Amino acid sequence: MADKFEFELVSPEKLLASVQAEMVVVPGSEGDFGVLAGHSPLISGVRPGVIAVYEGDKIVDRIFIAGGFAEVTGERCTVLAEEAVKVSEINAADAEKAVKDLTEDAADAKSDAERAAVEAKLAIAKAKVEALSAAAH
Amino acid sequence: MPSLKDLKNRITSVQSTRKITSAMKMVAASKLRRAQEQAEAARPFAERMGRMLSSLAANVQGGGEGPKLMTGTGADQVQLLVVITSDRGLCGAFNSSVVREARRTILRLQGEGKTVKLLTVGRKGRDQLRRDFASLIVQSYEDVGRRRLSFADADMVTKKLLEMYDAGEYDVASVLFNKFKSAISQEVTLQQAIPFAVEAKAEESAELKPLYEFEPDEEQILADLLPRNLAIQIYRALLESAASEQGARMTAMDNATRNAGDMINKLTITYNRTRQAYITKELIEIISGAEAV
Repeated sequence: MADKFEFELVSPEKLLASVQAEMVVVPGSEGDFGVLAGHSPLISGVRPGVIAVYEGDKIVDRIFIAGGFAEVTGERCTVLAEEAVKVSEINAADAEKAVKDLTEDAADAKSDAERAAVEAKLAIAKAKVEALSAAAH
Repeated sequence: MPSLKDLKNRITSVQSTRKITSAMKMVAASKLRRAQEQAEAARPFAERMGRMLSSLAANVQGGGEGPKLMTGTGADQVQLLVVITSDRGLCGAFNSSVVREARRTILRLQGEGKTVKLLTVGRKGRDQLRRDFASLIVQSYEDVGRRRLSFADADMVTKKLLEMYDAGEYDVASVLFNKFKSAISQEVTLQQAIPFAVEAKAEESAELKPLYEFEPDEEQILADLLPRNLAIQIYRALLESAASEQGARMTAMDNATRNAGDMINKLTITYNRTRQAYITKELIEIISGAEAV
């Protein structure tokens, strides 16, 4: 039995999860990284994607987050996220519609700043759809 | 002397006022509970954000200059004041105390020869400040968090703040709001938001603190983290203000209900006395009429 550590997922509005986990895979801004107990201290940016919580060899929880930050110490892994939903609770139709709408918005955007804002949203929406298709397989 | 009918009318009207105020009190009490829960729920995020920031700041301080949000523009000529009030009245001195403090701060800063700009959140504050300082208000928000305050509301205010900061429209931003102390007391608080002040406790804990690795590098993360931190600060100020508003309203309505009760008692006594006086008068009239025959 592998050692466990505390995994916390916090959004500004509430503490979303606080569980004991054996391994957590976080989509870091420079690539996914897995966290096990006793990981060396790390602070990393998080890109939109799916956090997977492992118990033994199985994934017990898959949570989609729209970017944020992760702080890892030997006994704790804290993820600060702005938006987080369980993958099982994402509505596929809504997510795909959002991608389509935002793609159109991006094409219509007038200023550079506006386009950048829309594209950031689009990246999140696309990641959401990807998260769903990955879950289906 | 007022007639019996007038008195009766006044009693009924005060009674219905009392009903309204006591209902408002109960509504405020339940909203207060919700607001408090929300404020509580926001705490873990803010705490962890603070922890991360201080370890980041400790790392960055050593080498070169930090991002502009932390170090400031090097001037303090143009001051932006974010004044947070409520949209609705009937909550005691809640709004006036914030506005009074805002007025004092504005005059003090202007006395020091600084330029002041105002950003108001909440209709009441805007209305009161517009009388004297209409030209200073650069932006005002209303109906923020009318149903339920969400992080998106805070984000909207933050975006505006950052936009203006990047455009160099101000040097220092402070937030003025009612801090929630308890259901019956609030404290007007002035908090500096930009540039962000990191508590300097790095020295003692430097050895205990684990040395973090950073991915990407610390400057990049700090640059991402600081705007979020600002949003969190604004969000917390909004939450505190919302909880304070409900607390203040509850107290104000409680007092109003009690006053209405006192008034009803007094009016009832006057009513009864008057009624008795009328009866006595009529009796005297009958008796003296009978005697005269």
